[in-house]
Amino acid sequence: MAVIAEPVAVQLKRSSLWSRAFESRNFLGAMFMVPAIAILILFLAYPLALGFWLGMTDTKIGGVGRFIGFQNFVSLSKDSVFWLSVFNTIFYTVFASIVKFAIGLYLALLLNERLPFKSMVRAIVLLPFVVPTVLSAIAFWWIYDSQFSIISWVLIKAGLITSYIEFLGEPWNARWSVVLANIWRGVPFVAITLLAGLQTISPSLYEAANLDGATNLQRFRHITLPMLSPIIAVVMTFSVLMTFTDFQLIYTITRGGPINATHLMATLSFQRAITGGNLGEGAAISNAMIPFLVAAILLSFFGLQRSRWQQGGRD
Amino acid sequence: MSDFDRRSVLKAGLGGAALLAGPGIVPVRAAEWTNTPEPNASIRVLRWKQFIQAEFDKFAEQTKKFSEKTGIKVKLEAESWEDIRPKAAVAANVGAGPDLIIGTLDDPFKFPEKLIDVTDVATYLGAQYGGWYPVAERYGRKGDSWIAIPQGATGGCLNYRISHMKAAGFEQFPKDTDGFLKLCQALKKNNTPAGFALGHATGDANGWCQWALWAFGGKVVNEKNEVVIDSPETIAAIEYVKQLYATFIPGVLSWNDSNNNKAFLNGELSLTLNGISIWTVGKTSPDPKQQEIAKDMDHAPMPIGPVGVATEQQNVLVYYGYKHSKYPKAVKEYIKFMMDKENYDAWEVASNGYVSPPLPAYNNNPVWTSDPKITPYRDCLKRCRDNGYAGDLGYASAAVMGDFVVVDMFAEAASGSATPQEAAKRAAERAKRYYQV
Repeated sequence: MAVIAEPVAVQLKRSSLWSRAFESRNFLGAMFMVPAIAILILFLAYPLALGFWLGMTDTKIGGVGRFIGFQNFVSLSKDSVFWLSVFNTIFYTVFASIVKFAIGLYLALLLNERLPFKSMVRAIVLLPFVVPTVLSAIAFWWIYDSQFSIISWVLIKAGLITSYIEFLGEPWNARWSVVLANIWRGVPFVAITLLAGLQTISPSLYEAANLDGATNLQRFRHITLPMLSPIIAVVMTFSVLMTFTDFQLIYTITRGGPINATHLMATLSFQRAITGGNLGEGAAISNAMIPFLVAAILLSFFGLQRSRWQQGGRD
Repeated sequence: MSDFDRRSVLKAGLGGAALLAGPGIVPVRAAEWTNTPEPNASIRVLRWKQFIQAEFDKFAEQTKKFSEKTGIKVKLEAESWEDIRPKAAVAANVGAGPDLIIGTLDDPFKFPEKLIDVTDVATYLGAQYGGWYPVAERYGRKGDSWIAIPQGATGGCLNYRISHMKAAGFEQFPKDTDGFLKLCQALKKNNTPAGFALGHATGDANGWCQWALWAFGGKVVNEKNEVVIDSPETIAAIEYVKQLYATFIPGVLSWNDSNNNKAFLNGELSLTLNGISIWTVGKTSPDPKQQEIAKDMDHAPMPIGPVGVATEQQNVLVYYGYKHSKYPKAVKEYIKFMMDKENYDAWEVASNGYVSPPLPAYNNNPVWTSDPKITPYRDCLKRCRDNGYAGDLGYASAAVMGDFVVVDMFAEAASGSATPQEAAKRAAERAKRYYQV
């Protein structure tokens, strides 16, 4: 009898625990979170962790790698092409992001005014963002072509130059050329997002400032900029992240050339991992991007979002 | 490598076939084909995207013929050959995807253990048709087994304008590197320059840069896979390329694989390295200017350097099937069918000689002599070295090529951003990172 009675008791106890758990708001909340957490783990955390792991291995394509610790990073630290790609990536990100922000903010302020054909102008501003990246990259590749460049052709016809400009055939020209292509592509995102931010600022603030006799510059500095800073933080974070990790534009226009002058960390990572077959090293290059990206995020969120900044204060 | 004749290839092929067939099997029996494909087999084939439409159409037509004959369903897909590499890598890594890929160069040597052993197909074809070119065997065979079947090479020859060459004072295309340099200098003087890709152009830039390195006795590695690129021979090659570069049309540092085609057909270029596609496109173009260019152009092998033998690097195409395929026997049946001389010949005619054959027996295809301008492409694999020369094919050779180590070395020195010595030293450092693994 005792042998039978004991399991029944345990079963009753379990059943009661299970029923009581579902009466708890905290437990139910946690249960509802499970699908979301599973998706996050499966599609976000796992690939990231796999990338970390691969970077610590000597995995070749199709092979099973072994753990080698930080050897890939040690090896990369002695690799001049890697350091060139780090320099190129920072150069590309800094210049493209600053110019994209300046032009984007200017366009947003302009589009926020009462312009004729405002909707059409907004649609035109968005066009570069609508075109698939590879298509716009091919267009730029043609624009910069050493034999068929429309820019060179026009300048020659105008008598301003005598030979075609080597947009992509000279390292520094190539760097500036790809920066320009990225700016063209990225400005709409900045402009339209900042425009959305501008439209959330209450007109009554400007009216009050007008009554106080504030100049345009003062209104911009003490109302627009502080009120816009949260959205600026978000926009610039995304802009920096997207620029830093850019791949398609560079790969289509230059493939990292000439002489690796436009290789970004993302393109070098692909070249080493896929074309070269060294998945471990490619992953390590990708992992080396993370500290820069984390720094960009921290700068945006803990710097630009400071409340005193938003209120027009200094520090 | 080029100084062997048909007889020696035949002997080597039969010898190799006998060796591969193993003890107890005579070479005559090796030509028998006894494969029985799996019932209700269905395979997915991914191949390089065509440059010549008629070539792909014929390939698809023969694939259909294969399905009708064997009952094996084939799904044929095509991608740019540069895009096949990542797909092949992913397929090898995840164990899913196409059953068979027709890709390039030493890709199969990056994941040999993932591939179907096709020794029986290679042995059959070699014995049936009198042996493979040695370089084809290098691209197919790993140790005692074949992991890939060479389909041929999208051969690269020098494309030149006949009238411009004559105006430069040359009645015949020069056969040695000295004469070649003089021709390029004279073309530049006449404002009808040469131009060779020096950007990250996988086919064109690697092709002529490897040729230049080998022509002067330089090489990335020796037979023991030790990096030896920082050598006096390499410096001589770099000095030569610097002189060549001075004669080129501006902008070659940015060129990818399509730039020279465009420039040539636009009449801006008199000499470049390319497949037969410039001529074919020009010949069939509705544009009279391009037709005129095609009439005025001819092809020649790369010149011989101080080493005294041909040192070309060609874009070799290879069939390789994956072990993850549920139908490995069907895969082998398909390769064998497409490579059988009757089918190969018909396909070659449709492609107008776009693919140089890996088996010398296929050289008697009338397409090669139908127009003398096509003939130089016939022997591309006879004049070719594999891209791992003088070491082994594998991860390191693919990585050095994929990372443009040799191309960057020449580009750095030619553009003046490094001295020849600095460029050679840097190339050695980069190559060692791969060969030390």
